[in-house]
Amino acid sequence: VDPQIMTINQAAGILPARSPATMSRRWETARLAMLAVIAVLLFSMTDPYTAGTLSYYLVWVPMALGLCLLWGYGGVLSFGQTAFFGIAAYTYSVASINFGDGLAATSISLTLAIIGSTLIALLLGYFMFYGGVVDTFVSIVTLSTTLVLETFLSQTAGPQWRIGDARLNGYNGMTGMPIPQVPWFSGPIPLSGHVLAYVLVAAIFAIMLGLVNVLGSRFGRALVAVRENPLRAEMLGYDTAGIRLVAFVVSAGLAGVSGVFYVAWGEYITPSAMGLNAAALPVIWVVVGGRTSLTGVLIGTVGLLAISQQLAIFGDQYALVLLGVLAIIAVYSGRDGLVVAILRRISLWTHRLTNAVVAKRMGRNA
Amino acid sequence: MLIYLYQLADNISFLILGSIGLAIIFGMMGVINLAHGELITVGAYATAVAAHAGVPLPLAMALAAVVTGLLGAAIEIAVVRRLYGRPFDSIVATWGIGLIISQGILIVAGPSMEGIGTPLGSIMFGDQTVSVYRLVLIAVALALLGVVFAVFSLTRFGVHVRAAMQDPDMARALGLDVRRIYTWTFAWGAALAGLAGGLYAPTMTIVPTVGAGFVVQSFVTVVVGGGDVVTGLAAAAAVLGLVQSGLTTFYGTLIGQVGLLIAVMVVVRLQPKGLSAWIRRS
Repeated sequence: VDPQIMTINQAAGILPARSPATMSRRWETARLAMLAVIAVLLFSMTDPYTAGTLSYYLVWVPMALGLCLLWGYGGVLSFGQTAFFGIAAYTYSVASINFGDGLAATSISLTLAIIGSTLIALLLGYFMFYGGVVDTFVSIVTLSTTLVLETFLSQTAGPQWRIGDARLNGYNGMTGMPIPQVPWFSGPIPLSGHVLAYVLVAAIFAIMLGLVNVLGSRFGRALVAVRENPLRAEMLGYDTAGIRLVAFVVSAGLAGVSGVFYVAWGEYITPSAMGLNAAALPVIWVVVGGRTSLTGVLIGTVGLLAISQQLAIFGDQYALVLLGVLAIIAVYSGRDGLVVAILRRISLWTHRLTNAVVAKRMGRNA
Repeated sequence: MLIYLYQLADNISFLILGSIGLAIIFGMMGVINLAHGELITVGAYATAVAAHAGVPLPLAMALAAVVTGLLGAAIEIAVVRRLYGRPFDSIVATWGIGLIISQGILIVAGPSMEGIGTPLGSIMFGDQTVSVYRLVLIAVALALLGVVFAVFSLTRFGVHVRAAMQDPDMARALGLDVRRIYTWTFAWGAALAGLAGGLYAPTMTIVPTVGAGFVVQSFVTVVVGGGDVVTGLAAAAAVLGLVQSGLTTFYGTLIGQVGLLIAVMVVVRLQPKGLSAWIRRS
């Protein structure tokens, strides 16, 4: 259901006791839970190598979902997701190298990483949104931010660039981070292999559930209102800059989650994760997946990563050319994105098919 | 003292040459062209290929501008034309084009190309050596600003372009072929990007990512400059060149870049429409 139509219905007072909003939210929860169960079942059947590859695809999903919130619902196109991804990944790496392994060290490092990325986002977002930077200028400023971060970290090769025991290592990036630990009934277990996969599925389930609830809330509707007509929203008394800032910070936090998972998955991080090509990837995933569809973005992200991975066997350049082509096609295919358009087509076909089958049966019976 | 002045002028001309094509496409058409860096790369490659084939260097650069301009026209007709009034979509689409171009060059021409040496030798400024070619570039940057000003302010074409940008429906009603004007403007912007690539080709290692080195500076200059192409660009390049070369000389390249970003934030905070809006008002 279109959130705006729901708002109009509610305003008109024609909603039943159980509103469509809560109905659709329950349905959404059930659907997400089903997806999560299927994912867990799939993972339980794979060997550790495949589980690792599939985990790699899931690592990027929180960052893409964050951009879906910020761009799809907030109308703010940011190229800065990779900046916050990188800040969190580097913070986590530095902290975990200094604090060593163990559950406590993991939790402290994780907290510091997320605080780091959201705090920088708060600072940058405050200057941008309260400074009157809007529309495409936000895209340029965030793009410049991530590129400057890349430049900065690329030149930290010298021995003077160390924080405690952690060397930043410039262009080559950081390696040798201890494997994170997660709590379990039998005591802490390392976050790798199948454990990482299950934790990722749980985290993405929780994030999507959270986003569904946020988007259905007052805040979510205000965010859409700001996207549709900032001036009108402001006239109606909404703090448009504040609403955008909150969306920006939340999306940065989600990018940070991806950053930490990335380090947990590969135990390395390089400045190129914040480069020009990396910065545009989340945008492509969201465009192809469907700007306002969380499930579409999930499918788009995983699908495109899987395709890129397959093509990368022939060389990265072919995968990137395909991504470029897909970006243009997705823009032409309209606001909904390729994945949503395909899903809709499939559901139309199945609908027609069942209709045809039913009509045939009824014809035979008559 | 003289050497600092030279470095400042060098910086400013880099900003002007690197962003003038982007500024025309953004200022005139409102399209943020993320393939800008790749158009510069194409210009550099075309210049290098022509120069290796024995074409004299200035002619090779002119040739590169023409090639990139044609490419720009093709991009406008094939993709950008359908996306006017959809700024986010044109960002994504031009990024896709940029990716196809840069990776295409990598596939076709390999990871690097034999460079062309810097011509004209060097002279001494006190105890520092200075490349004569870079002095020429400074003059070229100023001349190009003049040419662009003349084309867009004084010629009939310039009046048509500005009319088409200001009120497309009215321009169409008065008999202007607005679609063709858009194509020409985009081609002009692309050609100037290609020319920038050609002009800097003798001073750089020619690799498929060569244009990426221009991207941050050019976008920043355009944002600070605002809508008015020539005055905005000149003012922005002067301010940012001063900030960057000052900080770079005393604190190194990184602080120069960070200072650039902070300068942008400050200008945008004070004057969201860019310096040209402020100049026009005062």
